[in-house]
Amino acid sequence: MARKISFKQAINEAIAQEMGRDETVIAMGEDNVGGMGSDGEKDAWGGVLGVTKGLYGKYGDRIMDTPISESAFIGAAIGAAVCGLRPVAELMFVDFMGVCFDQIFNQAAKFRYMFGGKAVTPVVIRTMIGAGFRAAAQHSQCLYSLFTHIPGLKCVIPSSPYDAKGLLIQSIRDNDPVIFFEHKLLYGLEAEVPEESYAIPFGEANVIREGDDVTIVAIGRMVHVAQQAADDLAKEGIQAEVIDPRTTSPLDEDTILDSVANTGRLVVVDESHPRCNVGTDIAALVGQKAFGDLKAPVTIVSAPHVPVPFSDALEDLYIPSPARVKAVTKEVLEYSK
Amino acid sequence: MSERIIPISMPKWGLSMQEGKVNRWLVSTGDPIQVETEVVEVESDKIAGVIEAAHAGLLRRQVAKEGDVLPVGALLGVITESEIAESEIEAFVNDFQSRFVPGKTEEDQAALAPEFVTVNGRRISYLRRGETGNPVLLIHGFGGDKNNWLFNHEALAATHTVYALDLPGHGDSDKNIDDPTFSGFAKVLLGFADALKLKEFHLVGHSFGGGISLSTALESPERIKSVTVLSSVGLGEEIDAEYLRGFAAANSRKELKDLVRRLFANEELVTRRLVDDLLRFKRLDGVRSALEAILSVLLEGDRQRIVLSHDIERLSMPIRTIWGEKDRIIPASHATAMGKGVHILPNAGHSVQMEAANEVNRLLSF
Repeated sequence: MARKISFKQAINEAIAQEMGRDETVIAMGEDNVGGMGSDGEKDAWGGVLGVTKGLYGKYGDRIMDTPISESAFIGAAIGAAVCGLRPVAELMFVDFMGVCFDQIFNQAAKFRYMFGGKAVTPVVIRTMIGAGFRAAAQHSQCLYSLFTHIPGLKCVIPSSPYDAKGLLIQSIRDNDPVIFFEHKLLYGLEAEVPEESYAIPFGEANVIREGDDVTIVAIGRMVHVAQQAADDLAKEGIQAEVIDPRTTSPLDEDTILDSVANTGRLVVVDESHPRCNVGTDIAALVGQKAFGDLKAPVTIVSAPHVPVPFSDALEDLYIPSPARVKAVTKEVLEYSK
Repeated sequence: MSERIIPISMPKWGLSMQEGKVNRWLVSTGDPIQVETEVVEVESDKIAGVIEAAHAGLLRRQVAKEGDVLPVGALLGVITESEIAESEIEAFVNDFQSRFVPGKTEEDQAALAPEFVTVNGRRISYLRRGETGNPVLLIHGFGGDKNNWLFNHEALAATHTVYALDLPGHGDSDKNIDDPTFSGFAKVLLGFADALKLKEFHLVGHSFGGGISLSTALESPERIKSVTVLSSVGLGEEIDAEYLRGFAAANSRKELKDLVRRLFANEELVTRRLVDDLLRFKRLDGVRSALEAILSVLLEGDRQRIVLSHDIERLSMPIRTIWGEKDRIIPASHATAMGKGVHILPNAGHSVQMEAANEVNRLLSF
């Protein structure tokens, strides 16, 4: 029967298979090989959490260690992409992305447009997101909303090992810059993943669970939180439909709108800060295009508008929980005008 | 265990089935039943099917309630001859339940695992069940795989050694196809039989696999003991070309679901899991070009390019044709081209071996 591997292994396998298929694919990032200046034990690290471990042994110098200088190596990756390579650059935590916003927002995202379609930028920037790792305010944010805001970037947020492999392969093959967000608490999650290569197209939401009573759209790790809430609700006879958009740019509007047309109720679960996040974007979409279908106000479950706390107790409270999603969903179901 | 008390247990349909849901009982407690009476409808996460009685008697107890989700092998009900006392049945049920251990041992799982064999440099995946009798090869259709025989494989394995394989471009087999013609696939089948040292064998082919089976029989008639084709290509020109092209091109669940519904007379049989599994297959590298290569050979415009009816007259081995009366992909009227040995099954569509599994299994005697 199909083999099970972890989310982390699925990412490693996607990079390895694409490097095997296409010699223009290269990988780079801090400690992606063995740490700067190391010799002998060159494959010791494979990135801060070991995602790229083993690639050096297979592909040698096509996987590179970079200095702790995000603007330099992200710029180098983008430049290499414009010149014909397909770099997969790892920028450890999305929280550090700020130092290279010009490279991403104003260069990579704009090249195709500024050069009238004559230039393409097939770069993938992999980065870790999410709270729950006890890593405090500067290593725990989600921030995909910032990148979703920028035209010219594609934003991918996988929630399962199967999706991680297929979406990363698609990201590498895509000719536009892709920001690939990996929730660090999902790395250990295991599931069936085909050994062969496969690509999942962008802009196609995954309906995780079907239901007629209420639609729950959730992103990244929140897909699992929503699923747990939906399973609990099912015990009370409430059937929630759970939708994972998988990519926020492009966004599969049709799947969300079709579901809301059926249920008339929408809850969005987004782990990121609550202002101008993907949740508010989806709420606005439904408010504008499906107002007539709605039987209750659209409700967003997200983190509070504060930095991610370092205290374990506060961090647990900060992250949307299945209990909170369930309670909010029940309020939406009980709403009457 | 008394042979006068016969348990009905949760079947295992296909490799991934671990548990099933009891949809509804089709006979009431105390009702008399005959062999082949449809007793209970069960649903796996992929598809629903009906369990038939293997013995005549009375349905004495519905142990499982409608809606129950139970592991493979679990006791669903009890059939007995009439004179058995209620207390004896009670004891039987208690004994069964106290012994029953759900889940398979690792050894059982390994025995169920598909294997690979290399044929002309290409890896072919197959599942073998059964130990006795002449070998039988089950050949799926366009876009299908060895799991298309989930309701048939085990039943046939009681009396034969049965191999269900994945054609090149399909399932877990390698996806490159260098010769997408019937005769190219026939060479793969013969190579497969050589690799497994099967000298003579029976062929059972569904749809595109039917055309391949007939072509294999024409290629090497001395090795083929009989051919059974189900809803087969190659017997007439009409075919739902829109379905075939749509299937090759579809890459979203919605598109695929609407298409796959056409395979069944009862569209309710198409579950999310069935569509999801097809989508996962379709996303694999090489699948789309493999399917398109097959279509380039299979179709001429919107019609079938190759009609074998005339050539088949040369064949002397037994040939049997089974068709779903409500086939929307290839009309059941094509079966008449075969003359004798034709079985048209009412209330079944193109996937006749799934939709009328019990009837098909009865017809498949060798």
